[in-house]
Formats: sequence, C-alpha cells, structure tokens
Amino acid sequence: MLTRRIIPCLDIHNKVVTKGVKFQNNVEMGDPVELAAKYYEEGCDELVFYDITASAERRPIDIEMVQEVAKAIRIPFAVGGGISNLADMERILLAGAEKVSVNSLAVRNPDIIAEGARAFGNQCIVLGMDPLATEDRETCPSGYEITVRGFREHTGKDALEWAKRAVDLGVGEIVVNSVDADGTREGFEIGLTGMIAKNVSVPVVASGGAGCPQHLADVFNQAHADAAIIAGMIHTGDYTIPQIKQALVALGIPIRQKW
Amino acid sequence: MIAIIDYRAGNLTSVKLAFEALEIEATITDSPEVILNADRVVFPGVGAAGAAMANLNRLGLVDVIRKVVQRGTPFLGICVGMQILFDHSDEDGGVDCLGLVPGNVQLFKPTDPYDKVPQMGWNAVAQNLPHPVFANIEAGSEFYFVHSYYPAPLEADCVLGTTDYADVTFSSAIVQGNLVATQFHPEKSGHVGLQLLKNFCAWNP
Repeated sequence: MLTRRIIPCLDIHNKVVTKGVKFQNNVEMGDPVELAAKYYEEGCDELVFYDITASAERRPIDIEMVQEVAKAIRIPFAVGGGISNLADMERILLAGAEKVSVNSLAVRNPDIIAEGARAFGNQCIVLGMDPLATEDRETCPSGYEITVRGFREHTGKDALEWAKRAVDLGVGEIVVNSVDADGTREGFEIGLTGMIAKNVSVPVVASGGAGCPQHLADVFNQAHADAAIIAGMIHTGDYTIPQIKQALVALGIPIRQKW
Repeated sequence: MIAIIDYRAGNLTSVKLAFEALEIEATITDSPEVILNADRVVFPGVGAAGAAMANLNRLGLVDVIRKVVQRGTPFLGICVGMQILFDHSDEDGGVDCLGLVPGNVQLFKPTDPYDKVPQMGWNAVAQNLPHPVFANIEAGSEFYFVHSYYPAPLEADCVLGTTDYADVTFSSAIVQGNLVATQFHPEKSGHVGLQLLKNFCAWNP
C-alpha cells in the first residue's frame, strides 16, 4: 500500500532555516543541511526547501546549499523559491534535487510548467500555491484566490481553476499551502485541501497549520491528502518525526515505519 | 568500476551520490568503451520512455547496452531504465523499446479517483524470490516510487518483487540472468535503498 508522506519544510532565509506566521516575524531554527540530515535519520519521507526571500528579492536560489543537502540525505527533496527559468530548474535538479517547486513564476508564466515537464518530466515539476479565502465568488467560484510573492500580491485567479490548469500543463504534484492556516499550528485547512485533492489527478500535498499528529490524520482521512508538510511542530522540538509517525500508525494511517 | 549510463534521460546526480555514500567508485558516462569495460553497469532514467529511447538511439547506445548485457556484466536498470528493457511501452503513443525482457509497459488506470497518477511515494515491495540483491532487506520494506506506467513481464519467473497500486499488483523488481531492474528508486530509498545498491555491487550472477 502506498504510504502517506510526512514532509518537513525548511524555509530558508539567508542560509538559515526560519519559521514565521504567514511569512512574518521569522525566528531562526538552525542550519538547513544539519536539520535535513537530522530529519532524514529520524525517518521523514521527503523534504522541501523554500528559499523564502529569493522570490521577493528577485535573486536565484543558493545552489551550494542544494548540493550539500543532496550529499547529506538519501531521500527525495524539492526546492522552491527564486526560480525564474528552465536554466534555474536544471541547475537545481543537477545539484541533486528531485523536484522543483514553482509558484509565483508559474502564475506569471504558466507555460514554464509545460516547458519544465517536457524538459525534465512531469514528476519533477511541483506547483506550489498559496490560496486565500475570499468572498468574491464572481472572480473566484471556489472561494479561494491565489496569492503570490509570499502572500504579498493577490492575483484574481481562482485556486481550483488554477490547480486544474496546472495539471493540464503538466505538473506532477500540487502543494496546497493555506495562507489562513500557515504558521497557526491549529490544523490544516481541510475544506480547501479536500476540494483540490478531489478534483485533480495528481498527488496533493497539504501545507500550513500542522500542530499535532491529529491534524495530519485529519487531513489524510478527511481531505485525502497524499502527503502533509510539517514545520514549526518539529523545528521547535515539540514533536519528533518518530513520535508523529507512531501516533499516525496508532490512528490507522498507512505510514512508512522502518528506514 | 561502475558505469552509470548517461543518456540525457534525467538526473543522475542522486545515483552517483548514493554510490559515493557507499564509498563505491562510480562514473557517469556515455562512452561505449567505458560502459563495455565496466565491472558493473547502472542504467537509471526518469521522464518519458519515448524520449529515453530517442536519446539512446541518437547516442548510439542501443547496441552497447545489448552487448554489455549479453557479455554477462551485472546490470541494474532503475525506473525508466527498467521500463525500456521490455519490448514495448504504451507511453508517448507507443514506443518500441530494447526487447531484452519479454513484456510491455502500461499506464495505471485507477478506478478510485484518490489513487493518483503518478504513483508518488513509499510503497511496500513483496519479495517473490530469494535473491542476493534483497540480502538483509526485510520482505515488505518500502521503497520510493515515482511513475505513471508500470512493467508487465510476459514470463512470471523473472518477477523478483511485486507492489500493489491502483488496483494492480505489478512487478516492481525483476531478474533475468545478470540483469536486475527496479521500478522504484533505490538511490532515493534511504538505508534500505543503499543496502540494495550495496547488494548489487556484491552480486556475482
């Protein structure tokens, strides 16, 4: 049986892992390569790195860090932030990442998804999206609007329409990062995640709001997420990955238990 | 020395780094001479079967692969590098492949909308046959998969391991003489994956 993936997310700010609430008030959490190695040994299933300021500062991602991470761990990892073209994607993949995550870039230039999928395969291209609940059902029938550049800009794009279009263009996976839940540690946004998971053919990763193992169980059971991103709850030491996995196994979730 | 065949079909860095972690010398190459003289050959691959076959043809590597398999060199195919060992793949509108293993490669067609394509993540591999490449690996251990198509060998006796996904039990590992191949990615499958690569390097078919 395919197991549900637990994916620690490392938000990188000036070569340091940070964690904030809704991209604000970031607190330093440690060295990205050391944290990646630690989580790998503890049994995480995959990792994701976002160079959270690269996109806003319009600068490329730190390739040396990607290379160091690739040497330190033997599981797949995705890298996002600061990707502006196919050459950036190629540099990240050649450095040893399995996937690149595009977000603002894909909104600006949707064709980059098709070009990336053609050049490197669909499985390499992840769409990251930051949907925000909206009352404006005329513009956004799903009730969620896509934001970009670290929630700073509204796009007027409907989240569900965008997810479907991205799949048609060739993304291999979608990370649904709820703007409202991000950093709250009060649980994933189940309705949003479930709506996307129900309507696309590719795997959906829930992101934003993880605070305890029950939150992960809820998003797996109720929203049918294929994977869940965790951050603050492990970076702070409140939980370890083995603790989370044991709790999920006890709740009947299929989880990889040996590594 | 291990030759990792470079046919511009995806990222070979992870494969090389996995051998580095095992302190086993491996080189990424498209040189027929290096491949033919290697102690062992690894044939990785991600992306689409059509592009992979086109690249092999363009680089003149089709006959090299046949030759190196025929001469008995231990050979490991991974993911698309497993799929194109078969006769035919349904990907890209249908592609004739290397025909080294009888059978074809088919698309997952799940009936449950929550069985996503590609299959992406860690899934259990049942061990159908005892084999040195599975030494010290517990039956049912999970490995990392990323694929939309799966191999369907014609002969059941080549099936080394099986995995369940989207209403099918497919062959996730096969063996045929000096050739082994896995649909999963041992190079991205943590410690069990490293153990499999180590076993491959100790295997004398």
